[in-house]
Amino acid sequence: MSNQTPHDWLNEHGDYLYRFALARLRDAHLAEDAVQETLLAAIQSRTYEGKSAPRTWLTGILKHKIIDLIRKQSREKPSEDLSQTVADEGVVDEFFNESGHWADRPQAWAAPDDELEQKQFLVILQNCMDRLPKKLSRLFLMRDIFEDDNQAICKELEISPTNAWVMLYRARMGLRKCLELHWLET
Amino acid sequence: MLTCKQASELISQSLDRSLTRSERWSLRFHLLICVACARFNRQLASIQAVMNKWLSDTEQDEHLQLPLQAKLRMTQALESEIAASRRRP
Repeated sequence: MSNQTPHDWLNEHGDYLYRFALARLRDAHLAEDAVQETLLAAIQSRTYEGKSAPRTWLTGILKHKIIDLIRKQSREKPSEDLSQTVADEGVVDEFFNESGHWADRPQAWAAPDDELEQKQFLVILQNCMDRLPKKLSRLFLMRDIFEDDNQAICKELEISPTNAWVMLYRARMGLRKCLELHWLET
Repeated sequence: MLTCKQASELISQSLDRSLTRSERWSLRFHLLICVACARFNRQLASIQAVMNKWLSDTEQDEHLQLPLQAKLRMTQALESEIAASRRRP
């Protein structure tokens, strides 16, 4: 154990952990819960051996706490349950015709170049994300956590990696279409 | 030969896992001959790039801090957890 106390963890890394959680959970209360649970788990685990920086170690715990919170939420709200995905199978098919060609070919966009355009693009992207089914936007936001260790995380969320790829695909199809409609207009 | 639907699925998955060699080759070939999928490929990449930048900007944004209330609550929770862990063998 380094000579840092749990209070140092809170003071030095609390804000960072909060931002990390807030970006992915998009809910201030849930993000606070995730940070608190992380610090408590860190005290209990006593596994910190100074091999990685405290922040890296704490972020590793936080990732699992974020997954935990999402799993709990999905239990409470079946519409957000990540493991229930079979029912809406037909959604993506509207983008393609029967022979597998694009029903509507993707329109050309100007990629957001300068800082101002990137900001505008981001605002539209966030709005588009809010229109996705919640479980899809959740998974899309957690994609980088998922990428780190997709076997373990799929197990925790009770989904198969294949299922997760299908959901990420649907999220991207929805986002891309939404951006096409709204980004092109600007 | 991939259909556009299959190609679009592989394009999305290529952002989440490494494609197999044969998937890579069939996708590469499809992208050479299909303007629509090549465009789709660039658009997904730019969505991902903007998302990644936003995540890392948010993580570095010093103005975004734990609310004071939450910090106080956590300090207390830590105190009691530390006391409890001292009592444990």
